Amino acid sequence: MADLAADQGELLKTSDGRPLKEALAQAQSKAKWRAFMLVLPLLSFILITFAWPIAQVLHQSVYNPRFSENMPQIGEWFRTHPNGTEPDEAAYTALVNDLVSAGAARTVAVAGERVNYEMPGTRSLFTKAGRDAKKLEPPFKDSLVALDKDWGSPELWGVMRRVSSAYTGDFYLAAIDLERDANGAIRQVPENERVYVNLFVRTFVLSAAITVICLIIGFPVAFLLSSLPMRYSSLLMIMVLLPFWTSLLVRTTAWMVLLQSQGVINSILVWTGIISDDQRLVMINNLMGSVIAMTHILLPFMILPLFSVMKPIPPSYVRAARSLGATSWTAFRRVYLPQTIPGIGAGGLLVFILSVGYYITPALVGGASGQLISNLIAFHVTKSNNWSLAAALATILLASILLLYWLYDKLVGIDKLKLG
Amino acid sequence: MALPIYASPLERVWHYTFRVICGLILLFLIAPILIVIPLSFNAEPYFTFTQKMLSFDPTGYSLRWYDLLLTHPNVPTNVPRDAAWWSIVWKDAAWVNAAKNSIIIGFFATITATFLGTLAALGLSRPEMPYRRAIMAILISPMIVPLIIITLGLFFFYSSIGINKWGVPYLGVILAHATLGIPFVIITVTATLSGFDHSLTRASASLGASPSTTFFKVIMPLILPGMISGALFAFVTSFDEVVVVLFVGANDEQTIPRQMWNGIREAISPAILSVATILVIFSVSLLATIELLRRRSERLRGISPS
Repeated sequence: MADLAADQGELLKTSDGRPLKEALAQAQSKAKWRAFMLVLPLLSFILITFAWPIAQVLHQSVYNPRFSENMPQIGEWFRTHPNGTEPDEAAYTALVNDLVSAGAARTVAVAGERVNYEMPGTRSLFTKAGRDAKKLEPPFKDSLVALDKDWGSPELWGVMRRVSSAYTGDFYLAAIDLERDANGAIRQVPENERVYVNLFVRTFVLSAAITVICLIIGFPVAFLLSSLPMRYSSLLMIMVLLPFWTSLLVRTTAWMVLLQSQGVINSILVWTGIISDDQRLVMINNLMGSVIAMTHILLPFMILPLFSVMKPIPPSYVRAARSLGATSWTAFRRVYLPQTIPGIGAGGLLVFILSVGYYITPALVGGASGQLISNLIAFHVTKSNNWSLAAALATILLASILLLYWLYDKLVGIDKLKLG
Repeated sequence: MALPIYASPLERVWHYTFRVICGLILLFLIAPILIVIPLSFNAEPYFTFTQKMLSFDPTGYSLRWYDLLLTHPNVPTNVPRDAAWWSIVWKDAAWVNAAKNSIIIGFFATITATFLGTLAALGLSRPEMPYRRAIMAILISPMIVPLIIITLGLFFFYSSIGINKWGVPYLGVILAHATLGIPFVIITVTATLSGFDHSLTRASASLGASPSTTFFKVIMPLILPGMISGALFAFVTSFDEVVVVLFVGANDEQTIPRQMWNGIREAISPAILSVATILVIFSVSLLATIELLRRRSERLRGISPS
């Protein structure tokens, strides 16, 4: 008892005389730093090559300086005059000055393109005015309207007011099939121009369908593989792993070869007499082609997590259930199935997340009806050159993926991810 | 799951039906890949088996589509195939150049990913590592974020810094592919390290080894199988990747997948099938390597092969 009291009185010390608590804390923080320093190079690499580009996508989705940068004077006029002001002679002078300078710098088409996103058909208006603006005489209002009467349209001025600020949320509106009318109120775009919401819905529905198909056909295979003795199952496992390791383009090509109207499946069907020569099935360049090929490509991502969850389940549980009087169906449903839930969750989310972002396969075998949102993002980058709309679509897609990723982490834990 | 002796007739029927269903699903998985192999030897430009092929007539088969891979406008056709001819092929043939580009890009991307990934995995598997879960989630995320979004970001990023004008060939694609390969390295190396006995490093230190000796003599041989299989994953990811190359690669940076993509989009010819066959053989050998490595790793770590 006396010793204990003495211990409480003076602190434990290390051999060099420092208090033990302090020395331990120091050693621990040193070890922490050492561990962190090992991760730091990769973390900074990922931040530069991954996180920063993603941040640029987010920025691009709300930022588009194509008009504001090239038409500064009219932008200034919009800032000093509130919304609803009738464009006066000063406004037209600023506009013509901008058109002249942008025409000389050959950037008027860029500005026109920005307006064209909001109001299709105005690109040529700008390029033409860019060519002719320097010949215009004051008063500019009359001469510009004389050049093309569209320059007087309130709708055009409304659009120009909106695009004159570089930061805008309008691309998100466009990405969900909304637009602003001349007064700036939000409304739906005309029915025949609604594309994106349908495409998002199609992408998610198709991904869900592929996930369900993969689960239905992957579950029995995973079950068989996990219940067979090792020497058979590792042989059958090759049949799952080989597609997993084979190039995506090879597998897509294989399906193109199989599904074509002159391809192997149709030839077999004709040869066996199930269909006649003029009834060849159309299985490619449509939704069906996308579904078949993507199911095949993503199936290993379902089977492998299921397998790794099913493998350690002891078969004695089901036997115990049977011996207690359960039918085989009840034993499966009440005893076996609940134990495979983590695998179903992992495989399902993995397949769903991967299929939502698919680009290559739909582009090659999807035709017009099998296109997904990724294909449209690619279209806006390469063909229509509307980067901000592509970025807005990508951001919406990313947000939904991150939601799923978070869900996955909650349900399964991201550090438990296993491969092969 | 041998059929028990007390199984009812219905269960017996189901037992065999189930196996047939599983067999069909496995056939669905493997058949498309195997079917391209015989078709690539087709003598006719068709994507189906001709009568001659079905009757195993030798004239129904040919190597013409493999031969097509070596051709290029610069390659003379009617000359003997001597060393000079092969050197022209090596220099000019589009598919050969694509293969060279793919290997160069894959090699450097793999080196980068494996080096940085292994270092990070060593840190992540230390018990003192702060914010492990959050950092792990960030490092794995290139695998989860859709490729098209990463590509879009890189497209904006590279065009803002003008990476194509830096004069370093393939740089943009290599960095992108390294990023895509890193999650695989992290996952495989941390998995190897999870069974790692940390008393080994302490034992080595107590016997007087410096940290670097401990790393190279003790840790490295044990985690090497994990590193190699991670590196193989990273290499395959790069070797198979086409979206990034399409969007951010310079025009002369043609890789095998990009060449295939172009070939499929324009006019699909059986030459694509011969490339596909070569790639299938390539993936079979990779699969075999991975399997050997896995067994070796388990033996080293004292786990009996299961």
